[in-house]
Amino acid sequence: MTANKVLSLEGLSKRFGSVVANDDVSLDLHRGEILALLGENGAGKTTLMNMLFGHYLPDSGSVHVAGEGEGLRPLPLGHPQAALQAGIGMVHQHFTLAENLSAFDNIMLGSEPLSRLRRDRAAGRTKIEQIMTDSGLRAELEVPVGRMSVGERQRVEILKALYRDVTILVLDEPTAVLTPQEADTLFENIGAMAKEGLSVIFISHKLREVLAFSHRIAVLRHGMKVGEIASADADERTIARMMVGADTPEAERESLEPGAPVLRLENLSVVGRSRRDSLSDASLTVRRHEILGVAGVSGNGQGALAGVISGLMPPSAGTVVIDNDNVDGHDPLTLIRAGVGRIPEDRHRDGIVGSMSVAENMVIERLDDPEVQTRGFLKRDAVQSHAETLARDYDVRGPGVEANARLLSGGNIQKMILARVFERSPKLILANQPTRGLDMGAAAEVARRLLEARSRGAGIILISEDLDEILSLSDRIMVIHDGEMIEADTRDRETLGLMMAGEAA
Amino acid sequence: MIDILQIMLSESFWAASLRIATPLIFGVLGALLCERAGVLNLGIEGIFVVGAMTGWMAVWLGAGLWGGVLVAAIAGAGFGLIHAILTVPLGLSQHVSGLGVTLFATSVSYFTYRTALPNVSSPPRIEPFGALDIPVLSDLPFLGPVLFQQTALTWLAILMVAIVWYVLNRTALGVAIKAVGDNPASVDAQGLSVYGLRIGAVVAGSALMALGGAFLTMSAFDAFFFGMVNGRGWICIALVIFASWRPGKALLGALLFGAFDALQVRLQTEVGAFLPSQVFLAAPFVLSIIALVIAARSADYPRALLTPWFKGQR
Repeated sequence: MTANKVLSLEGLSKRFGSVVANDDVSLDLHRGEILALLGENGAGKTTLMNMLFGHYLPDSGSVHVAGEGEGLRPLPLGHPQAALQAGIGMVHQHFTLAENLSAFDNIMLGSEPLSRLRRDRAAGRTKIEQIMTDSGLRAELEVPVGRMSVGERQRVEILKALYRDVTILVLDEPTAVLTPQEADTLFENIGAMAKEGLSVIFISHKLREVLAFSHRIAVLRHGMKVGEIASADADERTIARMMVGADTPEAERESLEPGAPVLRLENLSVVGRSRRDSLSDASLTVRRHEILGVAGVSGNGQGALAGVISGLMPPSAGTVVIDNDNVDGHDPLTLIRAGVGRIPEDRHRDGIVGSMSVAENMVIERLDDPEVQTRGFLKRDAVQSHAETLARDYDVRGPGVEANARLLSGGNIQKMILARVFERSPKLILANQPTRGLDMGAAAEVARRLLEARSRGAGIILISEDLDEILSLSDRIMVIHDGEMIEADTRDRETLGLMMAGEAA
Repeated sequence: MIDILQIMLSESFWAASLRIATPLIFGVLGALLCERAGVLNLGIEGIFVVGAMTGWMAVWLGAGLWGGVLVAAIAGAGFGLIHAILTVPLGLSQHVSGLGVTLFATSVSYFTYRTALPNVSSPPRIEPFGALDIPVLSDLPFLGPVLFQQTALTWLAILMVAIVWYVLNRTALGVAIKAVGDNPASVDAQGLSVYGLRIGAVVAGSALMALGGAFLTMSAFDAFFFGMVNGRGWICIALVIFASWRPGKALLGALLFGAFDALQVRLQTEVGAFLPSQVFLAAPFVLSIIALVIAARSADYPRALLTPWFKGQR
């Protein structure tokens, strides 16, 4: 194996301020190998790959890449251009595509000299066609990327890397936005390319796909490499233990009889700014003691559904009934008063006011409460001690309740939001992607709190792209696709995946 | 109504429209180039003044007319570079920096003019660009007088529309400029320099803006006055939105504004007895606002406009 080593990372370290993102990480990659880089959020996977690709300059360490002829040679660090020239391509988790340009222009960008007065479009097109045939990845070249689905954009991203004649392809969470079928197809294509000699590193935290498609697994924890294992010798339990450092207990789920309905949506339609955030004629019921899981690939109307329930978007038709009362005013305050607790999808943008303190954020939904203010003046001591109690109960860690909320980590922001929501004992909880981007420990805590609220008698609507999360928490499952909602009477991954892709409607 | 129709069918009306539109064509193209790369350049009003002053002064000091044009472009590019450095690598607020550049450029121009000519009461004149007479073509009915009363700078403006269009739509450089204005990360990930592209676009755009100013002192008039730019830069900022950041529509927008302005001058003389002249002076701006409101509803802003980009930031 050592003979065909194509890449070697040695002792890479990177700090951001006081945070150590990577600490002395070394890693090898061989020709034709698919290496999975696994770890919790914040374990330093993306940072490591960004150093390899030249987006970040490491504080110490070196990278060697196979070049022409024998042996490895050092790669100049901190320059994407150098990485590209050395045959390293990276597909970023957040696509680096210009949406106003066609797929063709995005692929060609940077590969042609900027001083040239004419472009050789025909030659570029021939080469791309060849790559599409070889890789099995297809995309409409003349369509602006802004009009493409996420699956298509992903393919354009990969084609863009392949166009630069890469021998090493880095994929950062390539399946985060794909349906299970799209993900499987993607990995089949990657597997075929690896057989042709392409070396691949992919970042993931989905154990299933890591086990199914990689040859070798490297696990990062707290910025350090904690182990490497051949995929054939691994199982979900062992790698989960490597990632977290301990076994995580599955959340206990007591069996409960659903009670009276707390939320009924009847023939609800929402006209959003685009089809992606619209709903057409959706009906659903959530009862007490019940978690309704809404599965679907993002951008299929989840935003509109969450928008209506949280009072941010008015429906164009249909009714919203909460606890047998018709909701007339479609503004957030009406819905909060009606007993809706909201865990927003983008917790940084919609869940907190980053420039206000943790304590202030914790009372921000109850500023009319006499416990919090008198005649418009905040009771600072009450707010402070209230926040300290909540932070203790919900294990919100960070620089203290007086600090700005934006200084908290993602997991602690989410715990703070949970504290704010659950303190009010809401009848209905809207949990929109509640564990997205959280590490396993924090995600388990969110799941436990949701199940606790369910036992208490709340109805919960859980919107998630993570099918495993939906399957483990939900009493009933609905699938949302292209603004339409269908009740799923199966818990079979395959069937649900097809429904999410709109193929078994 | 007959009057308006008569006016609009006259050769002189269209010739005037094109003449009034010329500085705006330069300005809109310049602003468009900056904004396509993701940088709003509110320095435009001041850069117009700089172009007007330096172009005129170069000629007055003995340079040729085209030498003056070159000086204006370089001076404009210089002020563009200030704005570019403040907003691109340093990432300061594009609004604040742009307004600062406008105040600075305007004051420096007036200061230089006053210092160089402390004792003049009437502004010294230069021999401006004359009408470009092309044999045979200028004898064409209607078109001949409309087009061939124009000076070389008007032709340069129209040529610039074609050049900017070609660069943006047919060259790799144009693709990169449009990409950096939509998503700088796309450019960085492909190994190109975000800063280089943005600074280059702002500098080139600012040079074009300065040509708009130079037209005023070297073609429309033959001297430099205080306050002569008179909001033309701001009009260009609005026209870019009207043009949806497209060079062809930028030409159209500038001509439309030019026509409004030419029309109000003529209407003033026709019906000036009934209405105060200020109504007519305001008319092109009011009509522009209306046109803008209609066009801007569907405006497709460059996504990264106003958003600074920092390398290696989390």
